[in-house]
Amino acid sequence: MLQHSYTHTAMSPSVPLQEMIRAIRSARTQCEERGVIQRECAAIRAQFRQADNGGRSHNLAKLLYVHMLGYPAHFGQMECVRMIASSRYSEKRVGYLGAMMLLDEKQDASLLITNSIKNDLSHSNQYVQSLALCTLACMGSAEMCRDLAPEIDRLLRASNSYIKKKAALCAVHIVRKVHELGELFAPAARSLLSEKNHGVLHGAVVLITELCERSSESLERFRKTVPDLVQIMKGLVISGYSPEHDVAGISDPFLQVRLLRLLRILGRNNETASDAMNDLLAQVATNTDSTKTVGNAVLYETVLTVLDIKSESGLRVLAVNILGRFLLNNDRNIRYIAMTSLQKIVGTDHNAVQRHRGTIVDCLKDQDASVKRRALDLSLALVSASNIRSMMKELLLFLSSCPPELRSQAANGIFTAAERYAPSKRWHIDTILHVLITAGGDVRDETVPNLIQLITNTSELHCYTVHKLYRALLSDISQQSLVQVACWCIGEYGDLLLRGDCQEVEPMQVCEDDVLDALETVLQSHMSSTATRGFALTATMKLSTRITDNVDRIRSIVSIYGSCIDLELQQRAVEYNALFKKYDHMRAAVLERMPVIERNSSGLINGDPTGEPVKEVQPSKVKTEVSLPLPQAADQTCDLLDLLSSSEQQPQSPPAAGSSILTQPLGTDCSAGRDLLDLLGGLEPTPPPTAAPTVTVYEKDGVTLTIVCEKQSDSAMTVTLTGFNSSDCDVSSFTLQAAVPKSVQLHMKAPSGDSLPAGGAAKVTQVVLLNNPNKVNLKMRIRVSYSCRGSTVQETVQVDSFPGL
Amino acid sequence: MIKFVLMVNRRGQTRLSRYYTPVELSRRAALEADVVRCCLSRRKEQCSFVEYKDFKLVYRQYAALFIVVGITDKENELSIFELIQNFVEVLDKYFSRVVSSCAIMFSLDRVHFILDEIVQNGLVVETNRSRILTPLNAIDKMSDS
Repeated sequence: MLQHSYTHTAMSPSVPLQEMIRAIRSARTQCEERGVIQRECAAIRAQFRQADNGGRSHNLAKLLYVHMLGYPAHFGQMECVRMIASSRYSEKRVGYLGAMMLLDEKQDASLLITNSIKNDLSHSNQYVQSLALCTLACMGSAEMCRDLAPEIDRLLRASNSYIKKKAALCAVHIVRKVHELGELFAPAARSLLSEKNHGVLHGAVVLITELCERSSESLERFRKTVPDLVQIMKGLVISGYSPEHDVAGISDPFLQVRLLRLLRILGRNNETASDAMNDLLAQVATNTDSTKTVGNAVLYETVLTVLDIKSESGLRVLAVNILGRFLLNNDRNIRYIAMTSLQKIVGTDHNAVQRHRGTIVDCLKDQDASVKRRALDLSLALVSASNIRSMMKELLLFLSSCPPELRSQAANGIFTAAERYAPSKRWHIDTILHVLITAGGDVRDETVPNLIQLITNTSELHCYTVHKLYRALLSDISQQSLVQVACWCIGEYGDLLLRGDCQEVEPMQVCEDDVLDALETVLQSHMSSTATRGFALTATMKLSTRITDNVDRIRSIVSIYGSCIDLELQQRAVEYNALFKKYDHMRAAVLERMPVIERNSSGLINGDPTGEPVKEVQPSKVKTEVSLPLPQAADQTCDLLDLLSSSEQQPQSPPAAGSSILTQPLGTDCSAGRDLLDLLGGLEPTPPPTAAPTVTVYEKDGVTLTIVCEKQSDSAMTVTLTGFNSSDCDVSSFTLQAAVPKSVQLHMKAPSGDSLPAGGAAKVTQVVLLNNPNKVNLKMRIRVSYSCRGSTVQETVQVDSFPGL
Repeated sequence: MIKFVLMVNRRGQTRLSRYYTPVELSRRAALEADVVRCCLSRRKEQCSFVEYKDFKLVYRQYAALFIVVGITDKENELSIFELIQNFVEVLDKYFSRVVSSCAIMFSLDRVHFILDEIVQNGLVVETNRSRILTPLNAIDKMSDS
């Protein structure tokens, strides 16, 4: 403890540091503590205001203690400045410490110490010099660094080793603040490598590392030092016991680690440098004692270096084996870092890591949460076609007992793995069901549509799937994703369920009432979300065509929900009611089996997965189903893009003739809108606005199609297509379809109409919104189809240039 | 690089704190409390490395004292683990008795000076025990005389 006597002031006695600490500790409540501290701070402040007395340094020490506890201590800043300028070493020391803790470069007071630092850097006493270096390295601003850099460079070359090592680290700080000064220090850094003192060597290596990381010219220049570094490293590894540097049998492990890291940076992407260090790395890897942590630290760094540079394959295998050995180590720290490293290389050295798969999978059962997380990441990365079954068993076991924060990651990883490597469809479906039952709440939203897609594609397993799902539904209706899929399947394949003759599951007699009971439970349960209830209602409706006896029950359920508070359910129920009453003749067609859904290549599906009925009327698309869950939207996108190769249309069951009638029930709310549009169309002046030029893209027999483009924003624009008929025969069913390149988003609004009377009395306009975020070359193919004089005309035109862009 | 060094007792009270990256005073208390809670709640079987926010923590327990070092991703965790051990051994040698939470508290400035000799600017500057203590011993001799 600093041996200074304390002085009493007239106002209040100031106590030595130890007594103050005791007083603070003995305070029993926060309030009491604050009281003690406030009293002390007041005393300290009073002391600072007084002239120089012997007690300054320990007052500041007290202030620093108070600061560490979190109380404001900014009034000590000026005192720090004063003390730094003092000639007494003890005061300087505490002053600098105070500066490091209380000041940073944003404070004004820090400017005031620049001069002191400058003077102290050339002080005769090396400890004063070191204080200045330390403080400069801690909080030197960019101007201070620029100012003092030459001084630091001088110290790097000509001083004792104690100062040199500190100057090296100070140089690191300077380079971080002012990048250009790296050039200044490079030669000095190079020459420091020939020092014997380990502290200086350490500082030099750190400085060189920093320089290489900052600029590639430095990196090139320092590559030439690789032989020297290898030499130094060899000296450390081979040399006998040296008491000065020994830590548990390894000679200066900290320096070894630093050297290895520098070698890594120098050898990266460079063949010659990597070759030069190959032997050394092999030597370190084999000779280092791995029984203690220190040895393992060096080995770890070696492994990281080997894997990062262009090493030969034998060496890489050696490195991976070291990691494998780490995995079996009793020390959990070592297991953890082994996993982290394996994670980094699983992409590049996949086969080598596969050899240790067994150990990694065992680590899934480790106690430590970090180890478990790493093991999960690695296991998912190691899944391949050959080991999928056994790995999945382990992963599913893990899922049932894993900590909650890892569940969603595990579930999603399992799905991806299952998708990629499923050996059979049935296995795939089983796995997904298993996951939904265990962790249904943690899966992503796309899982439901993805699963539905998978099920529809596996027609041979429909019976099996629906039975399994029904059973799952009976036992638990809390997992929303599972319930949604189950409802959908029951609605779709209810007839298979009721038939009950499935070979792959135990026979179970299911009667219609049971099924309807199950669906009603879902509808009424408070655990079901709105989306789930939507699914259940639709399923109930679909069953009306698949069952024979209880249609009335379905009718009553549907009509009850016609007055439901939830808007979505109410709308559905009302529409279904309408289907029962006015359009009963179409009900069978509408509620038929869904077509097989084409797989969307990216796996991402646009549109709303909650299955809202599609309300928009687009005469250019043939809408076959009344209310569908998500796959509808997938149909849309696929169709649009397939416009260009439309020789085989997507399978669409009901004939096109039904479409125009079908659109009616949905269109009841839209047709009014359409009339409105027509009204507006009539009010608007017919000649196009002069602002944007019109281009005629199609013309035949008097029917013309023109486009007008307008840029809305950087990537969005609107294209207005106008159809005109100047011939002397009426044109009806005038429809337009458009297709654009894949990365461009297209949205066609409803057209104003579909008939062009003869003589150009009216025209049809349709607005298309385009969004081109990737700024690709914009092209559009437009298909025009209409009937004139009793025959149908269909033409496709391509627009390559858009005027007004 | 090293972001901070903390020494806390089992009750979560900070005995020493040193930051090598600027952290506002108001945020320090919260950071320290959070970090300490993280480390104190870990059981014996768990490893000493914790992933915390966007950096890592390495901690070691010595009787009632926890030493926590926050490091960036690129640092070798095992070597920092050893560094903590080295630091404690230096303290033991200097105070010539087993380091305890109280000893740290009452000679806080000395501990800071020792730490400054080991870590500067977030990087390790010296690891040799005797060399670390030489300046301190010299100063003590100077101030005694």
